[in-house]
Amino acid sequence: MKNWFYIILVLLLFSCGRDSGIQEQKPVQMKLTSVSSEKPMQKIDGGYYRAFVGKESDSLTYVSSFYLDETAVTNAEYLTFLKANPQWSKSKIIRLYADSAYLRNWKSDFEIPKDISPDAPVTNISWFAAKAYAESVGKRLPTVDEWEYAARADENLKDATEDPAFTQHILQLYQQKNNYKKPVKQHPANAWKIYDMYGTIWEWTEDFSSVMITGESRKDNTTNETLFCAGASVTSSDLRNYAAFIRFAMRGSVKADYTGNNMGFRCAKDAGE
Amino acid sequence: MKTKIQSLEKESKKMAVTKPVWFIAALSAIFALNACKQNPSETSAKGTDTEQITVSGNAEEAVLTSPPLVPAPVGDRSAKKLIVKLETIEKTGELADGTQYNFWTFGGTVPGSFIRARVGDEIEFHLKNNENSVFPHNIDLHAVNGPGGGAEATFVAPGQEAVFNFKALNPGLYVYHCATAPVGMHIANGMYGLILIEPEGGLPKVDKEFYIMQGDFYTKGKFGEKGLQEFDIDKAIAETPDYVVFNGSTTGLLGDKELEVKTGETVRFFVGNGGPNLTSSFHLIGEIFDRVYMEGGSKVNENVQTTVIPAGGAAIVEFKATVPGEYVIVDHALFRAFNKGALGKIKVTGADNHKVYKSNK
Repeated sequence: MKNWFYIILVLLLFSCGRDSGIQEQKPVQMKLTSVSSEKPMQKIDGGYYRAFVGKESDSLTYVSSFYLDETAVTNAEYLTFLKANPQWSKSKIIRLYADSAYLRNWKSDFEIPKDISPDAPVTNISWFAAKAYAESVGKRLPTVDEWEYAARADENLKDATEDPAFTQHILQLYQQKNNYKKPVKQHPANAWKIYDMYGTIWEWTEDFSSVMITGESRKDNTTNETLFCAGASVTSSDLRNYAAFIRFAMRGSVKADYTGNNMGFRCAKDAGE
Repeated sequence: MKTKIQSLEKESKKMAVTKPVWFIAALSAIFALNACKQNPSETSAKGTDTEQITVSGNAEEAVLTSPPLVPAPVGDRSAKKLIVKLETIEKTGELADGTQYNFWTFGGTVPGSFIRARVGDEIEFHLKNNENSVFPHNIDLHAVNGPGGGAEATFVAPGQEAVFNFKALNPGLYVYHCATAPVGMHIANGMYGLILIEPEGGLPKVDKEFYIMQGDFYTKGKFGEKGLQEFDIDKAIAETPDYVVFNGSTTGLLGDKELEVKTGETVRFFVGNGGPNLTSSFHLIGEIFDRVYMEGGSKVNENVQTTVIPAGGAAIVEFKATVPGEYVIVDHALFRAFNKGALGKIKVTGADNHKVYKSNK
């Protein structure tokens, strides 16, 4: 009798297991439909650069060659993506992937706001949305290092960081408002033939959250043993680089689901080296 | 034997006499020591006292005001739960006649809204960053006992809001300002204001109260150059401002913004110095400050001509308007007053007072 009891128990357990397997909630598949993009990319040759934050004071960071979109992703391009991937539209997006201000200015799922150019950079999109777009066009988001490395260029030099007027010029560009409403290519291209790295929008990067500016920036000037611990370890050469402080503070203040009038993105791609 | 007994008796009598004396001596010694002990225990008792202050009544949303006005005094109300809502707004405004500047503000003004509370109040502080802002912001209130004065807890990207709680443990007049990197730039662009924590029972009553805050501004162009001026980081680091002004512009306390009181009125200025760099030698030409709460703290100095207000500090000054006329408010480092804009005015109207002042012209 006991044996029968145990056999029946085991059978029951087995069947329960099977049942729960069937009843198990499958995670929602965000299957992306590929979208083609004609957007020109420029090759950024790899090299060493001194990162602004978080590294040992004298070490240089190596950035491998990569491709970067010549301009930010535009409203028109994002619309194409949405039509192929309606699960990312304003009414269907899962709240986990973007806050309630996602595409706030769009009148409906597929309607770009009237006072904003279709060729203007798309904004009010979260990091999750930016990543999804990038994946759909076979690209990815640039890393902070890649973005900062490509942004060191002014119109003539690929590395303009030695020029004292460079920071002042960037700060001046940061004063401009509402440029997210105007078409891209608002400023002359830099030496990499990349447009609008400054003065148009803030741009999402792949690893923005690895920047640990806490907002308590009086502590951010102390050197830290560990890379990112309650503050940025700043190399002494750049305490005057207010523009970089601003960018890193911005990255430290956002979370992946945040959206903002002035936050957009551009894509990158490996150079296959 | 007898003598021994006698001597013993004598001794015991001596003892009997001296015993109470010893006793009294011992008691007085203990009292004296206790008295010495009382001072430190008294001060520590004060510290823990404010922490123990209990709040009563319903939570109330604080009324904030734009400069130069201040909210109504707290009077003798008990400590309560206060809700403060402040928004950071980036806006272009007039730094001088014909000169514009991109100000970053608390509540849309430079200096930011005046916050008034009482010691023991438990404040629920909401900081919102306007969605049209380009930059992240936060707030450090010098009245807060806690890390960063609230800065870490209130770091907000554009469009976001943060809430934190603090209890006002110390009375006094305190500066608040943005502490987001680069801090100097946020403050140089106007992100500062004052929060007053009144003592129990409130400050003594006066007839008129005003809010004044000094700040230094660093522009690419020279003083008076027209058009939109940008922040100049080199000048800020060199501490060579082009503008030193009250209440965010050369005309902050001039023209239609000139202050006005009547003769016989007692006047109180809540004066702050947002800096970012300069210390102020605050003076009212033609008047003497009857009382000065030095550095915005609890100690009151009297009969002061010029009081020092450090960057990131404040002072409360009081005087009685006696003689009618126009009085000039200055930073007595005078080239700032006359060549950079650290100049304001207060008009006193009313009957002449020839006993106090008589011109024979």
